[in-house]
Amino acid sequence: MKSWKLLAASALGVALMAGNASASTLDTIKERGKLLCGSNGKTAGFSAPDANGKMAGFDVDFCRAISAAVFNDPDKVEYVPLTSKQRLTALQSGEIDVLSRTTTMTMSRDAGMGLSFAATTIYDGQGFMVAKKLGVTSAKELDGAAVCTRTGTNTELNMADFFNKNKMDYKPVVFEDRSEERAAFFSGRCDVMTADLTGLAGVRANAPGNPDDYAILPEVISKEPLSIAVRSDDAEWFSLVRWVTYALINAEEMGITAANVEKMKMSQDPAIQRLLGVNGNLGEKIGLSNDWAVRAIGAVGNYSEIFERNIGTNSPLKIERGINALWSDGGILYAAPVR
Amino acid sequence: MAIINSQPLPSRPAPVNNSGLIFWLRSNFFSSPLNTVLTAVCLYGLWQVLPGLVDWFFLSATWAIYGPEGNASEITNQTVAACKEAGGACWSLISVKHRFMLFGFYPQDEQWRPMVTCFLLVGMMMASGIRRFWHPVFLLVWLATLVVSFVLMAGGLFGLTEVPTSKWGGLPLTLGMAVLSVAFSLPFGILLALGRRSEMNFIRTLCICYIELIRAVPLISILFMASFLLPLFMPEDLTINKLLRAQIGIILFASAYMAEVIRGGLQAIPKGQYEAADAMGLTYWQATRKIILPQALKISIPPIVSTIIGTFKDSSLVVIIGLFDVLNTVRIAFSADPPWTPFYMESYFVGAAVFFIFCFGMSHYSQWLEKQLDTGHKA
Repeated sequence: MKSWKLLAASALGVALMAGNASASTLDTIKERGKLLCGSNGKTAGFSAPDANGKMAGFDVDFCRAISAAVFNDPDKVEYVPLTSKQRLTALQSGEIDVLSRTTTMTMSRDAGMGLSFAATTIYDGQGFMVAKKLGVTSAKELDGAAVCTRTGTNTELNMADFFNKNKMDYKPVVFEDRSEERAAFFSGRCDVMTADLTGLAGVRANAPGNPDDYAILPEVISKEPLSIAVRSDDAEWFSLVRWVTYALINAEEMGITAANVEKMKMSQDPAIQRLLGVNGNLGEKIGLSNDWAVRAIGAVGNYSEIFERNIGTNSPLKIERGINALWSDGGILYAAPVR
Repeated sequence: MAIINSQPLPSRPAPVNNSGLIFWLRSNFFSSPLNTVLTAVCLYGLWQVLPGLVDWFFLSATWAIYGPEGNASEITNQTVAACKEAGGACWSLISVKHRFMLFGFYPQDEQWRPMVTCFLLVGMMMASGIRRFWHPVFLLVWLATLVVSFVLMAGGLFGLTEVPTSKWGGLPLTLGMAVLSVAFSLPFGILLALGRRSEMNFIRTLCICYIELIRAVPLISILFMASFLLPLFMPEDLTINKLLRAQIGIILFASAYMAEVIRGGLQAIPKGQYEAADAMGLTYWQATRKIILPQALKISIPPIVSTIIGTFKDSSLVVIIGLFDVLNTVRIAFSADPPWTPFYMESYFVGAAVFFIFCFGMSHYSQWLEKQLDTGHKA
């Protein structure tokens, strides 16, 4: 009896939830009134609670920008916290609309999983950090070193590949958790710590003594283009996410900031006029209003503002722009033109 | 002539060797050469560890928050600097982060809602311990509490703003999951246990299959199934709330264990009790409800409470599917804010304290309950 009622109730629930099967992602989001953004919630600088317990960070700001472009309100986002194992399934199964969660674009993820990477937000890579007093200046001198790393990540595999390729011995010291790894490194249980450069920078910046006692070695042993992913079944939604991201990068190139975006509408530069929707109707082509970029930039600022606020040299993580500088400043950040 | 002392002699103190501190020390710590050695080793260990621990925990610890009010980054800088200077435990972490530790991502302005929920749930748990309240009406009160708690947390009614479950976290999440797990797994467990002892073949086989299947897989794999596989089997635009999926997984798991615990109790009831019930002409359900279950549940109290405590602690496994239970929020409080990362021990102490309070409370309650219900019959 009890189980029948349960069954009936769940069947009803299923019927209620399975409405409008063929609606586009954008329509679904508008109808729902909020964007479902897959996030992490525990990576400092990328997505983590701020002082008020609200989700904030570099990854989070791209979701806020999309929300601003769609709703003219950066806060119409529901952040769905996901583990690294869950994130792709959650996107495939429609639990989230967009995944902005330090996810590396790789071929196996892009092809054959029903996912597409709309835009790369930051170019990361795996590196090594040592105490300067060891006198090591290159990762090639690390023969026989004890290396701190975390278990079950690509980091461990990349490290093994690197040491084998260079015919060096090493002793892995593996941890479950970044804080334990960090404590072990600073207490001298290992000579080297390996992780993504963004992670290493954060650990170094908050060293117990002087951060300058530690150095990040020049070798970068893996490519980690961290990108925003969407489902492959909706090309229009893919374009929207891609161009909102590109708009933020282009805004930096054109010197448009959150503070001056309204003033910039008066600019005589045709490229700025097109981006800000003063001329043309590019916004309508991705299903938005023509001031889509004004809304996004006004809400979160341009790429440089997002970077500096969350992970840049003035934030606790103190990460340099490095290769993530604009192509015109010697980096590799290059967004296709809005025209 | 006999001299008879009519007054009793005043009692003399026991010999030094048989009483007092020295005796107690001798009989408890130095009763044999082996014990003497062990005592010495333990004393040496304490002497090595205790001063450092006390110093870290209390003497060099920092409790206060430094820096101008309202300026989060200045507060962090100055407080962390003060903690590093003092060198001991940095309990200031709790002062700064207690809100996130307790309530996770729940909106700050609405913080009273999870707080009231916690008080409601804890209050009801304590009230359930009082035998005077054991009455069918009390079940309705519980039901009302759960509904009120849910409305408080979720909002969307009575002018409360809606808060999606993805923002729930911390203590209310842990408590809520524990309460719901117990509320469902206990009745399911009873039914399964009765079913497994049923004379109806089909029902018995069904119950055995269920119990053995669930007990043969770890909770982690059930949670993984609920969180990864289930969504893939569903139509694409149909998603079941992640929290609900995890909760159902935990209930399914706890029910199987509860069933075996209660079956143990059922088996301990002497056959005469069943026969006496039959002889009085009671139906199966009358006999079960009035004679068998009250005795069976009474003798199963210790293992039932163990299972409940286990379920409570297992709830922190939801961290692997990205839910923020109290252990996880305590962790994020330091790990997601780089300046605080050196103070992870302090955070884990908070997590341990929360779990200790609840688990210790439950286990003591069960001992008290056993005494209350003791009728002197030892089966």
